[in-house]
Amino acid sequence: MTSLTLPPAHRGSGYMIEARDIYRSFGQTQALAGASLGVPRGEVLAVMGPSGSGKSTLLHCLAGIFVPDKGEVWFDGERLDTLSDTRRTELRRTAFGFVFQFGQLVPELTVSDNIALPLLLNRVNRKSAYAAANAWLPRLELDGLGGRRTGELSGGQAQRVALARALVAKPEVLFADEPTGSLDTLAGELVMNLLVASAREEGATVVLVTHDARVAAYADREVLVRDGRVINRAEAEVEVGL
Amino acid sequence: MLTAVSVVPLTLLGLLEREPSHGYDLKRDYDAYFGRGKPLPFGQVYATLARLARDGKVTGGDAEPGAGPDRKRYAITELGASEFDTWLTEPIEPEPHLQTVLFSKVVLALMLGRPADAYLDAQRSAHLRRMRELTEIKRTGSLMDAVLADHGLFHLEADLRWIDVTEARLSALAEMVHAL
Repeated sequence: MTSLTLPPAHRGSGYMIEARDIYRSFGQTQALAGASLGVPRGEVLAVMGPSGSGKSTLLHCLAGIFVPDKGEVWFDGERLDTLSDTRRTELRRTAFGFVFQFGQLVPELTVSDNIALPLLLNRVNRKSAYAAANAWLPRLELDGLGGRRTGELSGGQAQRVALARALVAKPEVLFADEPTGSLDTLAGELVMNLLVASAREEGATVVLVTHDARVAAYADREVLVRDGRVINRAEAEVEVGL
Repeated sequence: MLTAVSVVPLTLLGLLEREPSHGYDLKRDYDAYFGRGKPLPFGQVYATLARLARDGKVTGGDAEPGAGPDRKRYAITELGASEFDTWLTEPIEPEPHLQTVLFSKVVLALMLGRPADAYLDAQRSAHLRRMRELTEIKRTGSLMDAVLADHGLFHLEADLRWIDVTEARLSALAEMVHAL
């Protein structure tokens, strides 16, 4: 959690994470064009949209990985996009967890090493870090795999290790970008069941980017990104008078 | 290849293929295996059995002594067993659904200059809402519930793919609709 304090007038709107009218280009490509989105604390939100719609860029902006060209990003009542690189990096390490399509685990390290890594980077002592890491193994059906190198795991096991690594530091927000994109149906279901259950147990807010409706169906709510803007369900229903 | 037919008579035939049963037992078994929160009304059970008996696919036997509205013990006939076997082993016609309500809505919306994309967005939301309900059933129900919910989820997913692709093609489709 950040230690920054801001005057009340500049505080956010009560969302855990929020984008306000953000724009982001890559060269001539306009990835985001006025995207706005608020995610209440504890919500599991699915961000859907076709390829190239801007949904992953939106996630990266919300997570402070990209800084928007224009607009604001708020995290737990604090402005995120104006923080220094160092401060945003620190936040990503302490307050955010990440799961990507390919787990991005360190193949030379063991399962326990990989899960403990965020804690070790946060200067938690080695014994506590490994105790916390190993406590995640049974929770994610990884019993007995702590000493295995991650290069030897199946895709589903690797994603569950990535999930444990993302949650071990007790993040406020879990960002997941196509977390089951490389898995078959049943392995993907197990990852999603465990992701949602674990995030709820930990009280984490989840921003889940996916093009897969079956994955989005695990969320509390979904929004659609199209042409760099967020279209939410309420808007769609109002438009057709539902 | 068979066309889609009402599944209740054939399911009852299948239950009778297992062993002769009373209507009450058939209803109980149907609800347990196939009802999934939508039990079969007794009236429909007995009406279906009466039709199957009329068509020579089951025999009703004589009423047995005891309480209850119907003490007949039904058994499947050779004709019924043959029909059930054919239904079970032959794939049904994969229906292309080219004239679905949604297709008609999209074409009419484009024809009338209405917001077809908004209709599709609303439909996507409705589908996702149902998918969330089915996913919750999978998360909390039995394996049988999960397998049945999967069937619904995959069908809804197929619809959603159609919605996404159609939405991407709306401009070209609008040109075609106006050119006809």
